[in-house]
Amino acid sequence: MDYGFPILSSLIFLPIIGAAALLFIPRSNEDDVRRMALLITIVEFLLSLPLWFQFDKSSHLMQFVEKHPWIPAWNVNYYLGIDGISILFVLLSTLITILCVLVSWTAITDKVKEFFAALLFLEGAMIGVFCSLDFFLFYIFWEAMLIPMYLIIGVWGGPGRLYAAIKFFLYTLVGSVLMLVGIITLYYHGGHTFDILKLSANTYPLKLQMILFWAFFAAFAVKVPMWPVHTWLPDAHTEAPAAGSVILAGILIKMGAYGFLRFSMPMFPQATQAMMVPMLILSIIAIVYGAVICLGQDDMKRLIAYSSVSHMGFVTLGMFALNYQGLEGAILQMVNHGVVTGALFLSIGIIYEQTHTREIADYGGLASLTPIFAGFFMVFTMAAVGLPGLNGFIGEFLIILGGFATKTWAGFFAATGIIIGAGYMLWLYQRVFFMEKNPKMVSLGLRDLNCREFITLLPMLLLIFWIGIYPNTFLSYMHASVAHLLQQVHASTGSVQANTNAIVECALRFIGG
Amino acid sequence: MNIPTYLLVIPFLPLASFIFTLLLGKRLGDKAHWPPIIAVLISFLCACYAFDQVLHGNHVNADLYTWFASAKFKASVGFLLDELTAVMLIVVTSISSLVHIYSVGYMHDDPGYYRFFSYLSLFTFSMLMLVLGNNFLQLYFGWEAVGLSSYLLIGFWYHKKSASDAGKKAFIVNRFGDFGFGLGIMVVFLVFGSVHYDTVFAHVHDVVGHTFNFMGFNFDVISLMAILLFCGAVGKSAQIPLHVWLPDAMEGPTPVSALIHAATMVTAGVFLVARCNPIFSLSPAAMNLVTIIGALTCFFAATIALVQVDIKRVIAYSTVSQLAYMFIGCGVGAYGTGIFHLYTHAYFKALLFLGAGSVIHAMSDEQDIRKMGGLKKYLPVTYFTFLMASLSISGIPPFAGFFSKDQILAEAFASHVAAGKFAWFVGTVVAAMTAFYSFRLIFLTFHGEFRGTEEQRKHLHESPLTMTIPLTLLALGALAAGWVGVPEVLGGENGWAHFLAPVVGHPEVHLSEFTEWVLMTISVAAGIGGIYLAYVMYMVKPEIPVELARKHPKLYDTLFNKYYVDEFYNATIVEPTITCGRKILRGITDGKIIEGVVNGVPGLIGKFSHVLAKLQNGRVQHYGGVMAVGAFILLWIFM
Repeated sequence: MDYGFPILSSLIFLPIIGAAALLFIPRSNEDDVRRMALLITIVEFLLSLPLWFQFDKSSHLMQFVEKHPWIPAWNVNYYLGIDGISILFVLLSTLITILCVLVSWTAITDKVKEFFAALLFLEGAMIGVFCSLDFFLFYIFWEAMLIPMYLIIGVWGGPGRLYAAIKFFLYTLVGSVLMLVGIITLYYHGGHTFDILKLSANTYPLKLQMILFWAFFAAFAVKVPMWPVHTWLPDAHTEAPAAGSVILAGILIKMGAYGFLRFSMPMFPQATQAMMVPMLILSIIAIVYGAVICLGQDDMKRLIAYSSVSHMGFVTLGMFALNYQGLEGAILQMVNHGVVTGALFLSIGIIYEQTHTREIADYGGLASLTPIFAGFFMVFTMAAVGLPGLNGFIGEFLIILGGFATKTWAGFFAATGIIIGAGYMLWLYQRVFFMEKNPKMVSLGLRDLNCREFITLLPMLLLIFWIGIYPNTFLSYMHASVAHLLQQVHASTGSVQANTNAIVECALRFIGG
Repeated sequence: MNIPTYLLVIPFLPLASFIFTLLLGKRLGDKAHWPPIIAVLISFLCACYAFDQVLHGNHVNADLYTWFASAKFKASVGFLLDELTAVMLIVVTSISSLVHIYSVGYMHDDPGYYRFFSYLSLFTFSMLMLVLGNNFLQLYFGWEAVGLSSYLLIGFWYHKKSASDAGKKAFIVNRFGDFGFGLGIMVVFLVFGSVHYDTVFAHVHDVVGHTFNFMGFNFDVISLMAILLFCGAVGKSAQIPLHVWLPDAMEGPTPVSALIHAATMVTAGVFLVARCNPIFSLSPAAMNLVTIIGALTCFFAATIALVQVDIKRVIAYSTVSQLAYMFIGCGVGAYGTGIFHLYTHAYFKALLFLGAGSVIHAMSDEQDIRKMGGLKKYLPVTYFTFLMASLSISGIPPFAGFFSKDQILAEAFASHVAAGKFAWFVGTVVAAMTAFYSFRLIFLTFHGEFRGTEEQRKHLHESPLTMTIPLTLLALGALAAGWVGVPEVLGGENGWAHFLAPVVGHPEVHLSEFTEWVLMTISVAAGIGGIYLAYVMYMVKPEIPVELARKHPKLYDTLFNKYYVDEFYNATIVEPTITCGRKILRGITDGKIIEGVVNGVPGLIGKFSHVLAKLQNGRVQHYGGVMAVGAFILLWIFM
């Protein structure tokens, strides 16, 4: 579909140009910097809305496509487009960045203009990752994203920021290097092209598929992060400023899962199927390990960070169940996790601004001191533990159903994560909001949410209810793309029908006698 | 097919009232109870209308909208109105209305007044969604939503650690049950390709004898489904081994205990089994399990209730025990009778709790029955209604509890399986114990000398009309609710069983009239015997119980400490999991092993590159350079 107006390019470059423009504002006008950044992110969000309304949900094809030759000698194109999967993440990125600007309004007081410039640059690069259909372009955005994120953690982070930033950077880099090798190998074996769609249409020998699967796995598993390469996440999340944690949880770690969907599965379908069981096992370990370790945390942000490991375990489990329910649940859960964990980090950032402590033991009795904040946090907590009617449930249920349909043990062990999940989240809530007021909190004279903070949290709250009550708005975007993806994965083994309809077959087996 | 408006009003008006009261209730101040009360009363009227519609044969089964769908999987928000739903609607809305009104008096000076009423509305909405659903997913929605309301209301006085602990415990223990319940729903979908009751129940006969591979083992598919679903019921209805949350739930305000933890929410498990009777009936294994869990819980809970000294805890254990009777009914195939006991129990147990609330209110929040006594003359209405409820629970004719309990025991006796006979025996013994602990409570609380402080005595007063009117109405229920199910042997028509038969069937009870009379005599004698024993031990010779406790300290301590089940769970599940998280995962695997590798590798490289110190100046751009070099090396290896 040709849209005439280069809307995706605009979405990528508006914040990048905006970031450059910010640097021209005199350093003394900090409020102008903030207002300008907010204005840019809001315009960006409005600009992304036509995607939502003009998108043709019945098609799995790339839409809003832009393609221009870039480096003809290497057959590199400037090639953009989105399908029913990436559209959700583009919109999530444009929304979350607004909230990040809002939550940083008074929290960032040092090098204000550089901070917002980094944030905007990051937004452009993130959208670029989700829209790229050319590997060369994709890799540039993928790596470009690292720099502002590294700076956000390393410059505006907490006391251990340098260690966390370098760890984040090196971890990611090691993975990325292997992916780069994979990309270049693909270039030579796939007909000298970086065109992702063309490369996905090829069939590669199984041995090559396996090697490349693991090369890409290195990059994506670190990003997700999957167990056991998750240890950068707690440090990065804990030390990053609120906006950094929100972007990390909301968007960045989604890119690993997105990479599996966009590259590993369609390009290496046989390897994907062969690796299904190991991937399911790694996912289960992440779910249970991430959840149990949450019970041993004293730091709020660290706890939420580890809960991300557990929740992303659900996402990878759903993906590698390789059926409709699992995949759609996984994609929805990526959005859900972005919303819920994003909201939790926003909340912690908001309260941290007043308390300057992340130690759970320093809190207590906040339900009496800040009742509106407590109400918001209750909804976020309940969404995180998968209460039906809120968004987390829909994703988790579909994922566990998908896992259960593929391998009953996968669904069974994944479901244990829901029990432990209730344990650590309610325990956190109790220690922070319930019980006697902690004298430390009383002496601070805490105030409840102000107008800006209220507006920061409200969109997340509404999304939580919207996805929980009427998720079809979001699921309907992905049906066609997921069907196409499953077809690609199962086509290689010639068992499309058998595998994509495994569930129906199972039912028929019984009903038909 | 359209859903009639009156049916939509039943759940959604309380929902609207919840949102309104939560957001604006603070401004309403001490009038915050009006929106929830009006909403629940209208719901009650609509429920009566719905009941009338069902009596005239007008059923409803329609979807409102598709909740979520993925390929063949489809979950709907849909409503089913049949005989079983109609009964549940009446029970839920009537008790909820009375508890709402009672709370006006009970909660009048609480700072969280509006919050309390908004939560009550939330609960009412959730419970109604649970009973009205036409598919398993909506049942699950209601199931978790009542769990949330329960969590919020148990922990209503959240500043107390014990209350917030209890709320958390209720939620998490229920999650264990829901774990099985959720998997059960998935098996249902995988087998039938649908989660709608009508499709599933219509096809359940087709899968008899088939197996399902679960975790590598082949199980009989119907038994597997039934047992997994039953896990949910065990959690929600506080049966062994997941009964531990309910007694702690008494930390919540007393109206909540009456509404949620006695009359309605905890009976959801019984409702689940009755609703899924086409599945359960085809699995002898599951039926036996239900009966045996019922019989065991019935007995153990009653033994604990014998020695507790907190007025609410005695009633709480009695609730666990009575719920177990309902499961015995379901387990022997008498689902209608199980629901009958659910319905009579709702009235007399809500009455017991509200009566206890009235006592606690009068005693300035004292709950220890050892410090009460002689309250009869200060609280005449409370005493009289409490007595009626106790007669009802003790199974004394013509009170409501007699009819339902007697029928459960008769049907257990008539059952062809050993588990049924066993349940009959246990049930009869427990009937005596029930009467005993109920009247122990009456004698210790209302009779004898007042044992509280002088300060408390001065404040003793009968509760206001907003509290005594609901008590009186419930007392009528405790007396007369059973009269709709008078068995044929007593000259009745058993209208109840005939009414519910289209949904739950009608068990063939092959008992001669003579046997029925004998059984009835035994169960009434057990009840009277229990009361008499309590009279002797607590009125005539009060030294006996003291002497008994002194002579058998181990037995007494075991009962008083609830068989140490909480301690057992703490030592085997809770503590090891937390220790594992903190010491092993955080301390060793993450802290030492993975981090050791992660920090070790760059360290090695660092030593190596120390030689190339000029490169290693710690700037990011240089990592870019390292990256490029590394990439080329790897490329060279691959090509």
